Amino acid sequence: MKNPELADYREVMRQCVKCGACQAKCPAYRLTRREGAVARGKIALAQALADGEIGIENTLLPDLDFCLLCGGCATACPNAVPTPEIVAAARRHIGAQRGGTTLEHGISRLTASPKLMKMAAKTAAAGQSILSGFSSKSIPAESGLRLRLPQAMAGRLLPRIPHRNLFDRLPEKIAGQPGKPTVGFFAGCGLTYLFPHIGEKAVALLTRFGYEVIIAKSQGCCGIPAASCGDGAAVERLAARNVSAFKEADVIVTACASCFSGIGDHYRAMGVVDFTGKVVEFSDFLLREKLLGLMAGQQERPGEIRPPRRVTWHDPCHLKRHGLTSGPRKILKALPDVELVEMAGASLCCGLGGSFSLKHYAASKAIGTEKIAGLTASKAEYVVTACPGCLIQLQDIISQAGLPMRATHLVEML
Amino acid sequence: MTTSLQPKQIAQLEAIVGTENCLTAGADRLTHAYDATQRRYLPHLVVYPNSTEEVSRIMCLAHAWRLPVTPRGAGSGFSGGALPVMGGIVLVLTRMNRILEIDRENFIAVVEPGVVTADFQRQVESLGLFYPPDPASKEFCTLGGNIAENAGGPRCLKYGVTRDYVLGLTVVSAQGEVFRCGGRTLKNVVGYDLTHLFVGSEGTLAIVTAMTLRLLPKPASKKTMLAQFASIGGAARAVTGIIAGKIIPATLEFMDAATLSCVRDRSPIPLPDQCKAALIIETDGDAVHAEAQMAAIAALIAPHDFLGGQLAATSEEAERIWQVRRAISPSLKQLGPDKFNEDIVVPRAQLPDMIAALEEIAVRFQVRIVNFGHAGDGNIHVNIMVDLSQDGVPERARQAVEAVFQAAVRLGGSISGEHGIGTVKAGYLGLEIDPVAMSMMRRVKAAFDPDNILNPEKIFPPL
Repeated sequence: MKNPELADYREVMRQCVKCGACQAKCPAYRLTRREGAVARGKIALAQALADGEIGIENTLLPDLDFCLLCGGCATACPNAVPTPEIVAAARRHIGAQRGGTTLEHGISRLTASPKLMKMAAKTAAAGQSILSGFSSKSIPAESGLRLRLPQAMAGRLLPRIPHRNLFDRLPEKIAGQPGKPTVGFFAGCGLTYLFPHIGEKAVALLTRFGYEVIIAKSQGCCGIPAASCGDGAAVERLAARNVSAFKEADVIVTACASCFSGIGDHYRAMGVVDFTGKVVEFSDFLLREKLLGLMAGQQERPGEIRPPRRVTWHDPCHLKRHGLTSGPRKILKALPDVELVEMAGASLCCGLGGSFSLKHYAASKAIGTEKIAGLTASKAEYVVTACPGCLIQLQDIISQAGLPMRATHLVEML
Repeated sequence: MTTSLQPKQIAQLEAIVGTENCLTAGADRLTHAYDATQRRYLPHLVVYPNSTEEVSRIMCLAHAWRLPVTPRGAGSGFSGGALPVMGGIVLVLTRMNRILEIDRENFIAVVEPGVVTADFQRQVESLGLFYPPDPASKEFCTLGGNIAENAGGPRCLKYGVTRDYVLGLTVVSAQGEVFRCGGRTLKNVVGYDLTHLFVGSEGTLAIVTAMTLRLLPKPASKKTMLAQFASIGGAARAVTGIIAGKIIPATLEFMDAATLSCVRDRSPIPLPDQCKAALIIETDGDAVHAEAQMAAIAALIAPHDFLGGQLAATSEEAERIWQVRRAISPSLKQLGPDKFNEDIVVPRAQLPDMIAALEEIAVRFQVRIVNFGHAGDGNIHVNIMVDLSQDGVPERARQAVEAVFQAAVRLGGSISGEHGIGTVKAGYLGLEIDPVAMSMMRRVKAAFDPDNILNPEKIFPPL
């Protein structure tokens, strides 16, 4: 398993016919209206870089850096050119020659090491009161949270980090009924450290339906943060780690849309055969395995009448790109105590883009504000999604706009 | 012409738009060097002005320096209008994307050139109003670009082209003067009609910085049908039959056999092998009217090798029909990696003759030609699909393109219906425009832009 080189994308990049259709679906372009922000411009730069027509002077970096890797462009592209993969390859190309920035090093180093992640989360959980007191002495220098701190404190609201992470809460393996496939639960950093209760609930549902579930403690980050920071070697190490962690799994389920893209798209591009065709997103798994009816049946508790909750769905970019838009809505509609209302701009990017928001918080926030009109008009109590990243950003948007609603994961609604 | 800019000159431009909106780096020049033609010319500098005044001040400097200026919107044109062929300044108008006014009493809107066409349409439609011109790129092209190229689209059959919706303009001249032409009324006969001279002038005469557009009430209802035919002749006769029946549908799009064989696999609607041509027909208006018109059309097309039709009952079904049409473009590349995308137009009665001519040209030059487009107004998208890396193909493709243009002109048509001339068709202008008219046009250009700094090397063939 090895990352493709930028030059390997030459033929793919030639499929970009420079029509400009990506402009309609690019959150970075919609914000800035600049050609350097949009997929077509980035591909032109990546082509020039691959052909040695332009060096890695600083002038080309801001454009390649200003990308959320959301893949909106690829859904608008008549030739489905995979710009996120191309941008990631260009960043690796640059990273290999010039090395990343301090922030990029930090993100990549932290996320590539489960040990550091765990330590950082524990320290952060313990030091939360200190954190909110605006002192970062207790956080180790290598912690990503230390890097996050200045921006976080500049107005971003982050969820409280629980003391016990997902792996502290669950065994490595939960037995299932004979004959049922073995499901590897790929947790991802968000559900491991920030929202372990969502991970727990997802695993509980899988267990309830009789699957044997592996929650391998040796699993690591999917690699998207490292990939977006141009650290190809770290992504390769993480892929190797995850392949060995999920050797026994028949199918690998994740409840994080971004990880779904990480262990799906990115690993496929790297030729990680062990994962190819095995990765299924949680909501899609429920539908494929026809668990919806079962679940609805189990939900009904005679005698207990709950008023319906008014909810609206936010499409995570990494589900949208794979056409997974109707499935989650179908699930929400099937829930007896849920009234699903469609909001305007449901498919607009929330603006987080992982490390994008660390590097470009103002832009990330500005992209997010595009959601406010739709959220407000929906009058929903909950905005439901399937990506911990979107969850952080949506809650931040809601809180800062003072909207009377809460952001929640689909799993929490079940 | 200047070949490079002095630091002092760059500082003067920066003082107008701000350093962050005046780009000179290699990467920025690269990303503003191309458009949808995929040709490439590096500009010296890129500016993103934010007001008429800034555009005017930039043009004053460019005029003083005799520096070429290429105005640019979304850069999605197919004729090379946004290419900085002579270098100089690329002046991007996408930051000027404000809808300044929607006047619900007079049915007009005042907008800046960087507004994206579909965004504008959604905005006016939310108020029950309607802006009909709908180029295929409407989700990303800009209204300024639409005006520069006089863009069309499927709905133009019934509703006319961009020109028919432009009432007035705010313009910056090649010398930096700001002036207005036209106004806010449908009727206006005062002086020469400069407004409509600028529409379709491809950025060669002046730079439009605001425009007053005419709106219509939004049609209450729409009916969509996919009609399948056993022969292209049948489809062509169906088109003439509809028009002869005194019906002008909102949309009348056609796809030939080669097109259908490309999309058959990915079409959401079954297209059996015996289907050799298809029409997408839309009627609109109040519900009773739209339905009655569609029923009349169904009767009119029935005798012409008609295999059957799918009438959309819901907007989702209508969307599925349009998906067939949208599947064309991405599916064409299976016929060859390189595409010559021409948009000739003929009087609609000559459509069958033009189709026959295209079939003959495909055989004569041994190239694959795929045709689809706006049958109702005679505007055909002729796609010559080739592999230019093969011996002799570039020359054969060039000859085929020329033969297509000659056939269109011979049948009383035109070499471009909606894409414009730009650089890609400049060499063919003489096929259609007679020498006296050409000379008149050159004099018009010289009157507005005596130093030839506004979008040079466009429209006209080299002298």
